[in-house]
Amino acid sequence: METIRTSRRDFIKLSVAAGGGLVLGFNWSDTEAAGIALVPAGASDAVNFNSYLAISPNDIVTIFSPNPELGQNIKTSFPMIVAEELEADWSKVNVVQAALDTKKFERQLTGGSGAIPHSWERLRKAGATAKYLLIEAAAKRWGVSSATLVAENGRVWDKANNRSLTFGELASEASQISLPAEVKLKDRKDFKIIGKPIRNVDNQAMLSGKPLYGLDFYREGMLTAMIQRPRSFGMKVKSFDGTAAKAVPGIVDVIQFKNNVAVIGKNTWSIIKARKLLKIEYEKEAAIESTPDHDALFRKLLDAKEATVRRKDGDVDTAFSGAAKVIKREYQCPFLPHNPMEPMNFFAHVRPDGVELVGPSQTPDMARNEVAKLLGIAPDKITLELTRLGGGFGRRLKADYVVEAAELSSLVKAPVKVIWTREDDMGGGSYRPAVRYRFEAALDKDGNLIGYKLRGVGINSGNPTREHNFPSGAVDHLLIDSIEHQSPITTGAWRAPITNFLAFAEQAFLDEVAVEAKKDPVQFRLDLLDRGKKSPVGEIRYDIDRMKTVIQLAAEKAQWGKKKNVAQGFSVYFSHRSYVAQVAEVEIKGGKPAVKRIIAASDCGIVVNKSGAEQQVRGGIVDGMGHAFFGNLTFKDGAAEQLNFNSFRLIRFKEVPEIDVHFVDNGIDPTGLGEPALPPTGGAIANALFKATGKRLYNQPFNKQPDLEGVSLGRSI
Amino acid sequence: MANYQLLINGKKYQTEADPDTPLLWVLRDNLGLLGTKYGCGIAQCGACTVHLNGLAVRSCTLPVSTVGTKKVTTIEGLSADGTHPVQQAWDEVDVPQCGYCQAGQIMTAAALLAKNPKPSSQEIDTAMNGNLCRCGTYHRIQEAIVLASSKISK
Ligand code: FES
Ligand code: FES
Repeated sequence: METIRTSRRDFIKLSVAAGGGLVLGFNWSDTEAAGIALVPAGASDAVNFNSYLAISPNDIVTIFSPNPELGQNIKTSFPMIVAEELEADWSKVNVVQAALDTKKFERQLTGGSGAIPHSWERLRKAGATAKYLLIEAAAKRWGVSSATLVAENGRVWDKANNRSLTFGELASEASQISLPAEVKLKDRKDFKIIGKPIRNVDNQAMLSGKPLYGLDFYREGMLTAMIQRPRSFGMKVKSFDGTAAKAVPGIVDVIQFKNNVAVIGKNTWSIIKARKLLKIEYEKEAAIESTPDHDALFRKLLDAKEATVRRKDGDVDTAFSGAAKVIKREYQCPFLPHNPMEPMNFFAHVRPDGVELVGPSQTPDMARNEVAKLLGIAPDKITLELTRLGGGFGRRLKADYVVEAAELSSLVKAPVKVIWTREDDMGGGSYRPAVRYRFEAALDKDGNLIGYKLRGVGINSGNPTREHNFPSGAVDHLLIDSIEHQSPITTGAWRAPITNFLAFAEQAFLDEVAVEAKKDPVQFRLDLLDRGKKSPVGEIRYDIDRMKTVIQLAAEKAQWGKKKNVAQGFSVYFSHRSYVAQVAEVEIKGGKPAVKRIIAASDCGIVVNKSGAEQQVRGGIVDGMGHAFFGNLTFKDGAAEQLNFNSFRLIRFKEVPEIDVHFVDNGIDPTGLGEPALPPTGGAIANALFKATGKRLYNQPFNKQPDLEGVSLGRSI
Repeated sequence: MANYQLLINGKKYQTEADPDTPLLWVLRDNLGLLGTKYGCGIAQCGACTVHLNGLAVRSCTLPVSTVGTKKVTTIEGLSADGTHPVQQAWDEVDVPQCGYCQAGQIMTAAALLAKNPKPSSQEIDTAMNGNLCRCGTYHRIQEAIVLASSKISK
């Protein structure tokens, strides 16, 4: 059993809620707090609270889930962790999405696959502390030692005397008990909820069409607005004429702010129609770029003398000049829009005395701060309520669409919901950056990898490499550098930022290197890892043993190299603290290759919710595969050429292969799973297609590559 | 603007709208039936799927003036309490991730099963291929349809 001190980092407050129940608030800030404080009964003082659970006299345990829910299943898995340690009856747990509250909560955001890793211990302590208090309260009531009592399924039991009390019956007395200096956390083998497939707590609401999402938010007297932003990046509004638009019945106003022309009205359809009547003239403000310009630029930058060195080990020049064989390959990907199914939207009501914001955001705190800055007011004058997010994929990490709504509300002095059409969403920027890589490998005469070079060049890509990832640390001579081109086309984090394409390029390249070295691709990776373990070159920031284990598990589950008439491709990647290896299987059907199956082995530490985790892996693979095959956003004169699903292709129902999901069971605290399953997929598929056809894929989307003609996708082919 | 009488989920509604207004926006803006979702507006994603006389249609491209006396069913009216076999199967298989596409998926699947209670996997493929799920829940949708089919034919 683990014992965790609660007194140092974790400052716990306890109070009796208005309804007479037990409310526990947790401050999880890293500051040295004044120990545990007991808040007098009746105080619903939330200052310094950080997360929150309440037990009502009717036994309902309410757990507030602070982080934005966008399909990563946090709203179910966070409460599962609390309920586990509390020994709650899951059927009596009620989960409530908390509004933004920086006084109560820390890291109230969704991104970087980080919510569970960040909160794992805190949530467990939340449950364990409450359990402690309930047991002590029962001991006091019965006049027995608490050591003889156990909590189980929402009750405290005195088994010797065959009696029990419910949590609800004990809640009020529990609030009078002093908080413990330490709480005991459960042994993993005693977990009853964690690790089980628990259904999504919002299922009933989602499946019966309840208004959960930002687009569903309606308020009496609210106006609706759409905004015409410049179609081309690099253009600005010169003049506009909104007369015709304003004459459309149902339109309240047409106004310009910054580079936006907003059409404000009472119903969506009249706004859509009025928008078409806007006459806007634009003028050039910055470079106007097209996709062919980027293609040419990438080639130039790959040969540039100057680049930002990201990592340098040994002496690559000598290694490459003395090599028995040098392999050099280039890989390129286009921009990608995020395309969450629910387009961007936000509700804002800027009043003289304060601001109300409601909608879907991955970063509510940042959104509030940006609105505060725009309006020149204090953040605490702004409330932000989170709706469920109809997907995010990184797009809602940005606050542009929140700030816009607030600005518009402040200008029209009315509550307004700004909604984006799919075209606005796809044409509106914040894309996965387009990137090109050049990989070079030097092999000695025995096929050992002695030198490795990677240059990444990208458009508003930041650092397009992950210089400390595998195989860094396992190669004597290594150089990784990069060049970024600044462009008016806006980019942002897109699920598994950078690694969503880098992993494909690297894993496809290593596959080719393994073949050139005449080694089995799986063994080649394992040998490199062994070599890194034995005598690491410089710093190694991934866990070699964990990576080896997922490689071995995927190979075993896929019967690597043992299947007849199946071409297998391998890939493994470490991202966001977790490890995922995948084997893709291609079969020849009617003379054509078909991508039939993917076997995945993941190490994300302890799996909290088996159902959510499995779907997270499957969904990540479908996402990685779909975008590798079809995702293509091109530009002409600064404007995106694909604006809706008729020209931007998403993977469809028929096209998904069979996916087998396996997890490593190692008892490590959870390390995150929202993103790590996506990066390996493209590489595994490309490597399997090579096995099947002898042809390599270097660029995405795959379906635009001439060598890929005739490939079919899907489990039922 | 014209006046429309609509029969939705067994109830009569009266509303004013331009004749070309897609049923989707009448449902959402005029009638407060928010379960039917907007995803693309051009009949490409299926998020807005409703039933018209039992057939799955895209409400984002269906002008309200063409609805007439046909019976409209939205996700809210599929069952009174979320217990339609398709909804139950969706819950048991734990299909949704973000959930945004699922009303449309369910309406498409329910229309398929009403017509063809025991669809082959190819028939499921064909029926469901028009509904996008950005989260990638396709495997579970397939599984849930098979489960719902077994519930219905029991
Ligand atoms: S919104 Fe109707 S099909 Fe996409
Ligand atoms: S569940 Fe998110 S789009 Fe389908």
